[in-house]
Amino acid sequence: MSDDHTKAVSGSELKFVTFTVAGQNYCLDIQQIREIRRWAPVTPLPHAAGGVLGVMNLRGAVIPIYDMASRLGLGITEPSERNVVIVVAMDDNLFGLLAETVQEILSVNEDQLLPTPDVKSESTREAIQGVISLADDMTRILDLRFVTGSFSRAVA
Amino acid sequence: MTKVLAIDDSRTIRNLLRMSLENAGFEYHCAEDGRLGVDAFPEVQPDVVITDINMPNLDGYGVIDELRRGPNATKVPIIVLTTESSDELKARAREAGATGWIVKPFDDASLISVLKRLTGHAA
Amino acid sequence: MQASIRDTFFEECEELLEAMVEGLGVIDEGQYDSETVNAVFRAVHSIKGGAGAFGLTDLVSFAHTFETVFDEVRSERLPVTPELVAVLFRAGDQLATLVEAARDETGIDEVPRDAVLKELKSYLDEPEEVHGGAEAGPPGGFQPMTLDFSALALPMAGGADGPLAGGESFAAPELPAAPAEHLFDIRFQPDRALIANGHEPMLLIRALSELGTLAVTAQSEELPAFDELDPEECYLKWSMTLRSESDRAAVEKIFEFVEGLCSLDISEIGGDTPAAAPAAPAAPTPSALPSAAASAPRPAAPAAPQAPPAAAPAAAPPPRPRAAADEDAKAKAGAHQARATLRVELDRVDRLINTVGELIINQAMLSQRIAELELPKGADAEVELEDYKLLAREIQEGVMAIRAQPVKPLFQRMARIVREACTATGKRARLVTVGDHTEVDKTVIERLSDPLTHMIRNSIDHGLEKPEKRRDVGKDPEGEVRLSASQRSGSIFIEIADDGAGLNRPKILEIAMSKGLVPQNAELSDAEIDNLIFAAGFSTATEVSNLSGRGVGMDVVRTSIQQLGGRVSIASETGKGTTLTIILPLTLAVMDGMVVSVRGQTMVVPIASVLETIRPKEGDVHRIGSDEEVLSIRGSYVPIIDVAASLGMHGQGKSLSSSVLILVETEQRGQCALALDAIHDQRQVVIKSLDRSFGDIPGVSAATILGDGKIALIIDPDGVAQIAGRRSEAGPSSAPVMEFFDE
Repeated sequence: MSDDHTKAVSGSELKFVTFTVAGQNYCLDIQQIREIRRWAPVTPLPHAAGGVLGVMNLRGAVIPIYDMASRLGLGITEPSERNVVIVVAMDDNLFGLLAETVQEILSVNEDQLLPTPDVKSESTREAIQGVISLADDMTRILDLRFVTGSFSRAVA
Repeated sequence: MTKVLAIDDSRTIRNLLRMSLENAGFEYHCAEDGRLGVDAFPEVQPDVVITDINMPNLDGYGVIDELRRGPNATKVPIIVLTTESSDELKARAREAGATGWIVKPFDDASLISVLKRLTGHAA
Repeated sequence: MQASIRDTFFEECEELLEAMVEGLGVIDEGQYDSETVNAVFRAVHSIKGGAGAFGLTDLVSFAHTFETVFDEVRSERLPVTPELVAVLFRAGDQLATLVEAARDETGIDEVPRDAVLKELKSYLDEPEEVHGGAEAGPPGGFQPMTLDFSALALPMAGGADGPLAGGESFAAPELPAAPAEHLFDIRFQPDRALIANGHEPMLLIRALSELGTLAVTAQSEELPAFDELDPEECYLKWSMTLRSESDRAAVEKIFEFVEGLCSLDISEIGGDTPAAAPAAPAAPTPSALPSAAASAPRPAAPAAPQAPPAAAPAAAPPPRPRAAADEDAKAKAGAHQARATLRVELDRVDRLINTVGELIINQAMLSQRIAELELPKGADAEVELEDYKLLAREIQEGVMAIRAQPVKPLFQRMARIVREACTATGKRARLVTVGDHTEVDKTVIERLSDPLTHMIRNSIDHGLEKPEKRRDVGKDPEGEVRLSASQRSGSIFIEIADDGAGLNRPKILEIAMSKGLVPQNAELSDAEIDNLIFAAGFSTATEVSNLSGRGVGMDVVRTSIQQLGGRVSIASETGKGTTLTIILPLTLAVMDGMVVSVRGQTMVVPIASVLETIRPKEGDVHRIGSDEEVLSIRGSYVPIIDVAASLGMHGQGKSLSSSVLILVETEQRGQCALALDAIHDQRQVVIKSLDRSFGDIPGVSAATILGDGKIALIIDPDGVAQIAGRRSEAGPSSAPVMEFFDE
């Protein structure tokens, strides 16, 4: 664990898990991810905010599941068994994020990380920490705080 | 190993003493107030006692008094822990029968040196 | 390691501050004895002691001044007046603030601190300033030395009789420290008391020998005949010659602890560096100064010319009549037999609680499996299962009891809130606490702190009248806020009652209407109006004062109580006062629930709110308006609430008349009948709180995990009723509905 961290700091190599949301490429630092599960129906919450699909039992803990597409303003996912839930940890809390598919684990050097292009949409700028350019494509580094954060803001 | 009985109602101070003393190779025992300290004495049979002054149930002077003049009177060194360095306090402690004193906050080195000086043991 | 000791210190500070506040409270009531005063003194003293160990100088210096004033009280030199008690309370609050600042490593606000310090010091005589931390001595006043605390904290060097001829030559350490050899002639004769105090002359001699070359001659001419020998007496005396590179101070330091317990004469013979000898008398250390005046009725060792009396100034305070207080303390010592306790890491308890939660779920699953076997009635397995259930419940209750703590510390903290609120509003109030030994789950206590704080502020800010007004209406100008806790029928009740003016209902209604919370023409009962203060959006910046404000309304209070599985209600009587009641479940982790289904989803209704279950007959249900139905029960009508609709669930359910109804008591709407599809069974469920990041989920208080691993939401009947009420008010088709809900 601490070894990984040292590596990250020294900047040589970072690992990202890439996945698709509404046809777009996204990724998360592998250290933020706890596990990846196949989609199974969740318990819906009444009057839930947009993007909250419901709650799931993860080994005795009740964790919220968000639809990433909806959070990113890319429409609503109709979840099916082909989809996955990426369980992430943020500030000691676990969240599940619904994605279309998980693709691969990407090893990149720090110098391959690029800042988010200066796009118009403020929410896009907030949701994306940066991009990684790939051979023929790019993948967007997702900011977890944006995907899960606005709900906490609504409470605070 | 030199056995120390520390009597202090402050958990913080007890923890600090434990750390310093165990690091220096002393065998550490403690009690949470004066009464418990006096009661623990015959059982622990320490080589030296460190006691706070302001404590519930029995204060430090009371501890010294009982250890020096009670049924199990002893001559083991008794060191008073005090935040005040006033001579009045020292005189009073001495009169009660204290062997020495350590002023809080103490550092490891001075604590250990006083202990060694008064017990003759090198831990 | 160091960090954990630091954590311990701050934990301990919390306890000490509680003890301090409790003691001050007792003193305030006038029912105190010397042990009360001692306990407060000790609390402040221990904070100072610990703070010193961590170099928290701000804390040390404040605690010192506080403690010094308190010592005056303890020694009965300072009479306890209401003014003094008020200052002591403020000092206590300030001490708590400084502890927090030290813990969080945030800066301190010096203005209020200095104000309190000034008040404290007004009770002290000047000489106490000597210890007063960073404070400079009064200009012009005779101040022998102003030391900061850290200097005092150094191990005391120096002996009994440093010649003071050179005055306070602090320059000494800077003198050339050439490795000059000194030659000392030391004559040492222990008194009987030296041995009695646990000293060992040989250790002293050994310590001297470590300084250089020591020649020792024991003189035994006073040794009596063997049969007259008193083993307690020391008959020997020693004369020694020490050749050492160490200076006189080092030699004196060895005898530091035996000053007054022996005859000691240290003289320096000739010396290889004669120039240094007179010029560098060991710098008298702080301890050496007052010692001559204060200590030792025994003759100090003969010495070089004594200091002029003026140089050993008033720093030595008059002997304090401590003895009386100590006698009391001794007398009490026997009476205080503390209950044996065990300190356990909270993590361990919580792991245990989680495991017990699993056990309960497991028991539920097992019950289900056994039920599926359709064993004959009274089968052994069924009987054993009943035992299993009982045992599981006992374990669960036992484990929860570990986390139970008295509300006392929480209540005590509220005294400070009352004082602060009074200061901010110019009102006068006393806090009366009742039932503070009532035990509540630790987490509940922690999470009650904010809502309670807010409610108390509210009581003083909005509830109590100004002193003049109170006098005008014939009340005691000092208002009363009564905080009480009790345990009744499986719930904890906490009441915050003020004897103020009561709620201003016309004004509340006006505000609510202006904010669109109720229709302009609505006619509400008193209870409904009172409950409006809990409505989201009722409290806004425009009408809150600087005190109750901070953007927190009573709706937030209600939400946080609901998150604890509790509810809050209000009762008010014009001119007499307002009472807020918080009702909480005894334990957080487990509750008795009724498992029901709503549109195919399994949910749980807390048994605590269920009055009865009803399978309505034809004719019991009446339609009112376009889509409202009421249940006729024992001659009265209660609204029927479609839980599914209220929770915004889609899909077609049974018609209300074919549903099962659960009659519940709600805070705002009195009795209501919740319409559901089916009731399955009744069982204990483990409460899993829903992540706060969802915000408030109206109608749902928490979740649980069922025997099959699925999550079931726990219905909050109040919330469901509230949503249904709002929905029908807002709905265009519905006529004003409130009339039906009058109790």
